Amino acid sequence: MVGASATAALAAVPSAAGAQPARTGEPVLAKVAFTMNGQRRELELDTRTSLLDAAREHLHLTGSKKGCDHGQCGACTMIVDGRRINACLTLAIMHQGAEITTIEGLGQPDSLHPMQAAFVKHDGYQCGYCTPGQICSGVAMLDEIKAGIPSHVTADLTAPVAVTEAEIRERMSGNICRCGAYSNIVEAMTEVAGRRA
Amino acid sequence: MRSFTYERPGTPAEAAAAVARTPEAKFIAGGTNLLDLMKLQIETPAHLVDVNGLKLDTIEPTPEGGLRVGALVRNTDLAADPRVRKDYAVLSRALLAGASGQLRNRATTAGNLLQRTRCPYFYDTAQPCNKRRPGSGCAALDGISRTLAVIGSSEACIATHPGDMAVAMRVLDATVETIDAKGAARSIPIAEFHRLPGDRPEVDTTLQAGELITAVTLPKPVAGTHIYRKVRDRASYAYALVSVAAILGKDGSGRVAFGGVAHKPWRVEAAEADLPRGAKAVTDTVFADAKPTHHNAYKLKLAERTLGAALTQARA
Ligand SMILES: Cc1cc2nc3c(=O)[nH]c(=O)nc-3n(C[C@H](O)[C@H](O)[C@H](O)COP(=O)(O)OP(=O)(O)OC[C@H]3O[C@@H](n4cnc5c(N)ncnc54)[C@H](O)[C@@H]3O)c2cc1C
Ligand code: SF4
Repeated sequence: MVGASATAALAAVPSAAGAQPARTGEPVLAKVAFTMNGQRRELELDTRTSLLDAAREHLHLTGSKKGCDHGQCGACTMIVDGRRINACLTLAIMHQGAEITTIEGLGQPDSLHPMQAAFVKHDGYQCGYCTPGQICSGVAMLDEIKAGIPSHVTADLTAPVAVTEAEIRERMSGNICRCGAYSNIVEAMTEVAGRRA
Repeated sequence: MRSFTYERPGTPAEAAAAVARTPEAKFIAGGTNLLDLMKLQIETPAHLVDVNGLKLDTIEPTPEGGLRVGALVRNTDLAADPRVRKDYAVLSRALLAGASGQLRNRATTAGNLLQRTRCPYFYDTAQPCNKRRPGSGCAALDGISRTLAVIGSSEACIATHPGDMAVAMRVLDATVETIDAKGAARSIPIAEFHRLPGDRPEVDTTLQAGELITAVTLPKPVAGTHIYRKVRDRASYAYALVSVAAILGKDGSGRVAFGGVAHKPWRVEAAEADLPRGAKAVTDTVFADAKPTHHNAYKLKLAERTLGAALTQARA
């Protein structure tokens, strides 16, 4: 992340930082600026604000969902500096200068991302709550395979990684779907992977 | 969550000094364990020192022929590094068996070593727990303990170190490098890094307050088949019930450490000479002093069988 220069980092330090810890439980505010879906955003936030809450509550980008809020379900998955992460388990103020993509930035109803279109085609959801996280995760997951990052089911760690159903299932285990649309999700992702190859 | 102030220093010495200087301060790296625990008010720091700007995110060769892994190297990057995949496959395998793709993209080498136990009563703030609230008692002793320790535990705590990476680091004889607030560096062999609970279960490791991990050093590669086998309740995205990190030759000789069984990765070097004789010969010695509960006695058999599977894999 190029944006994390010393000066940029300073902007995220609340004026009181380092001097007095928050003894009485009063909120502490800090500034942060990052790019979300191509738009520069400057916020002053309670230091406790997760990246997920910053998007949902402060920027009104409610596509990313809050499922468990403990990194267990994947509904909050965003792509930060090219990598998928759980937005619930990271502080917004830790992302000074970051490039963040949420489901809203991947595509819109009139200009669907290929992964969004494949989910529609293959019925990769029922209630839809986990879907934004599944799609963000799936897009970044295919990039991880392309970059040659191995997984738990990769048989030979030194060989190139193939896109198989077993690979997709293992790599997507951080995204839970309570409706159990998994087989259709795998079909959607397999199709997008094939198209890219 | 308790409110906190935040700073992001630029050098390791500044970071260590910041934590030492500020009351109730903690480092934050990936945040995947600390923030989880802060949301539950199990951890309540008043000040966070963000270590992500310290430039400790590279993997460098050492003059001894090993690798020095920066404290901030993400689990994904460590697992995917071509040198690690080729020469330290047990470490790649252990990392890839842990957590999820999203979590590994954030989780760091130092944070992974310092992840806290997953004992269900540690997480349940309505229950007594000596690790969370020293002196309050241990709900696990009379509770459901199927995931907890079978060896090295105490009357005060039967929690396990839940991680996978540290088990591989133990079998590789890694060294944890730190600096303190005065800028003094020290090296801690991984065997001495995690401690047993004894009567102070609230202390997980031998790190001092404010001591910052800067790197983990791996000695030169160890030949043999590198194996990490993890047995869990589901095929992916679950903590180990038992795990085995091993580096084995065709005749079964080599070294082995066990995860999911104790407050630290469990390795008994004296038992390793028996590896060519088969799993039982080894686990009989390794677990000679085991004190399982009736819920988790199964782990002893499971450890033997998991090692047996590793030996079969190495001999194939
Ligand atoms: C749903 C879920 C499933 C998981 N499954 C697994 C699993 O199967 N296997 C597994 O091994 N792990 C698993 N994990 C745990 C995961 O591996 C850890 O959360 C992660 O490795 C912690 O790294 P971090 O950088 O995010 O640490 P943080 O949360 O940032 O920090 C953890 C601790 O380390 C301290 N710290 C961080 N950096 C330093 C440093 N440089 N020097 C000194 N102290 C430091 C912090 O103060 C804090 O106390 C899981 C986690 C979740 C949420
Ligand atoms: S086993 Fe340890 S962590 Fe679990 S309740 Fe007892 S004291 Fe707490």
